[in-house]
Amino acid sequence: MKFTTDEHGYYGKFGGAYIPELLYPNIKELEDNYIRIIESSDFQKEFISLLKDYVGRPSPLTYASRLSEKYNAHIYLKREDLNHTGSHKVNNTIGQILLAKALGKKRIIAETGAGQHGVATATVCALMGMQCTVHMGETDVKRQMPNVLRMKMLGATVIPAMSGNRTLKDAGNEAFRDWINNPTDTHYLLGSVVGPHPYPDMVARFQAIISEEIQWQLQEKTGKNLPDYVIACIGGGSNAMGAFYHFIEHESVQLIAVEAAGLGIHSGETAASIAKGTIGVIQGSKTMLMQTNDGQIIEPYSISAGLDYPGIGPAHAYLHDIGRTKVLDATDHESLQAAFELTRLEGIIPAIESAHALAALPKIQFNATDVVVVNISGRGDKDMDTYIAHMDKYC
Amino acid sequence: MNRIQQLFSKKQKQILSVYFTAGFPQLHDTVSIIELLEKHGVDMIEIGIPFSDPLADGNVIQHSSTVALANGMSLSVLFSQLEHIRKTVSIPLILMGYINPVLQFGVEKFCETCQSIGIDGVILPDLPLHEYTKEYKHIFEQYGIQNILLISPQTEESRIRMIDQQTQAFIYMVSSSSTTGTKSKFNDEQIHYFKRISSMNLQNPLLVGFGISNTETFAQVCEYTHGAIVGSACIKALEQPGTLEQNISTFVSSIKG
Repeated sequence: MKFTTDEHGYYGKFGGAYIPELLYPNIKELEDNYIRIIESSDFQKEFISLLKDYVGRPSPLTYASRLSEKYNAHIYLKREDLNHTGSHKVNNTIGQILLAKALGKKRIIAETGAGQHGVATATVCALMGMQCTVHMGETDVKRQMPNVLRMKMLGATVIPAMSGNRTLKDAGNEAFRDWINNPTDTHYLLGSVVGPHPYPDMVARFQAIISEEIQWQLQEKTGKNLPDYVIACIGGGSNAMGAFYHFIEHESVQLIAVEAAGLGIHSGETAASIAKGTIGVIQGSKTMLMQTNDGQIIEPYSISAGLDYPGIGPAHAYLHDIGRTKVLDATDHESLQAAFELTRLEGIIPAIESAHALAALPKIQFNATDVVVVNISGRGDKDMDTYIAHMDKYC
Repeated sequence: MNRIQQLFSKKQKQILSVYFTAGFPQLHDTVSIIELLEKHGVDMIEIGIPFSDPLADGNVIQHSSTVALANGMSLSVLFSQLEHIRKTVSIPLILMGYINPVLQFGVEKFCETCQSIGIDGVILPDLPLHEYTKEYKHIFEQYGIQNILLISPQTEESRIRMIDQQTQAFIYMVSSSSTTGTKSKFNDEQIHYFKRISSMNLQNPLLVGFGISNTETFAQVCEYTHGAIVGSACIKALEQPGTLEQNISTFVSSIKG
């Protein structure tokens, strides 16, 4: 099955490519070539082999017995945290670096929030011998220092973004500006299902491996390839899109997307773009975003640097709009609680982003027979400073 | 003939169009800046609608947008400031900004307000040609608002010809592959690009923007095109100590010589 855009890059009324003319040739080059390259047998062979032998896929689907007992359902964890580099981000960076190579690009740029995408990009650049520049908000540079140091060790140049709140959105703006200034030899390796068409569709295709594996892994473990629920966090929405992708056409599967509520969706300090957003244009696509009545983008807030984004991928805006996904939210506090709970019940320290997905468990009324898959998009090593600071309260 | 076409029919060379961000340096400077730019011999003005996330702009214009928004500038405030602008100003006026504030204001209401005030054209860099022609062109035309489109050194000839068909104003030639900002001199590659576009004999006149900041760069582009658009250099000048009039007078001389 293919969940994809119309010929103009739209999911319903969401999507498109709202880019300055300066970027038109770059986007056109991608648009004209991405499907042909991705579907070629050479590409598929190399992509699949790298996912297996370099990333370590398939990532396990772990039955969480103590968590299942607590929430009275059969809960499985999709272990993207066990991928090389520690998150789902590497699925997309492997795909795009091969695409960039096929297009003859010499230099890679990327934006990053928590640093997971930055690390995954720096990693594939080291692997392929490509020059790498990562734009990262100065605020995030400070709160995600281990990832900054990993990127540097991998040979990437990390440029702190000094505009706006100095977080993920601002890093994205700087990456677009970098691309405008370096249009011919550079590929912008965008990390989520956001931005101008074809990025949302392209990144969704690379992340779709997550739900592809969940299907056969569930078949092996339960005798059925469809769960009752799939739960994932959404910032831009790439791990959720990957976890949902092959289930979208199966209406029996409830797709739950969990936004970062920050201090609460009514607190004014939030990153819940669907709950608090209206339709508009952000970073090249028409989607739901948090904005003032005057159309200025509102600076988001979340404890999680990876979810701290005022927009959402256009496919998620669409799926919510047509009622295919249910969007919940989790506050900083609920997510910290969920992170410590998973750690103590299952011995897995999740990324603070993934903890937002886990925080949805107490909010859903499950039946005892329900099969629930929670996507653990990344591991918590990078969040140790945050967890240590809150340990007394939650342990 | 619209006001922009009238300008180009009277004057084919050395056109100076100036960009500034509305609400910068002070919220209520907008009308004074426009009047002073006209008084000191500027041919056309691009009034910037500040936006929180100006993707195509370099540091100087980003900074002016941040200040303007903090000062309280918005599209509604700007329109109320400009309500009587045609009583004192006769040169063409263009609004330049990003698409999102316009979408939130309402595209039709935006065009209608532009027409009633006497705004001649609009530049929305992140509204691509396809979206414009599909969704909005009929509204712009209904209210007689010219949509001015950009080309860059990477734009293919066939696309330039398509863009040339979409407007009756001018083509905004971006001088190089870059965000906005100043340069001291254009190189041979850029000169070659100016010559190449100039020899295409397009129906619309050409103005070059991005990187023009002094008499030398202004003279260089005027040799091959109808004139230039200067933005960042004007913003820098407006921040200098001294009155608005002193700063604007010094700025205009620094470009025209």
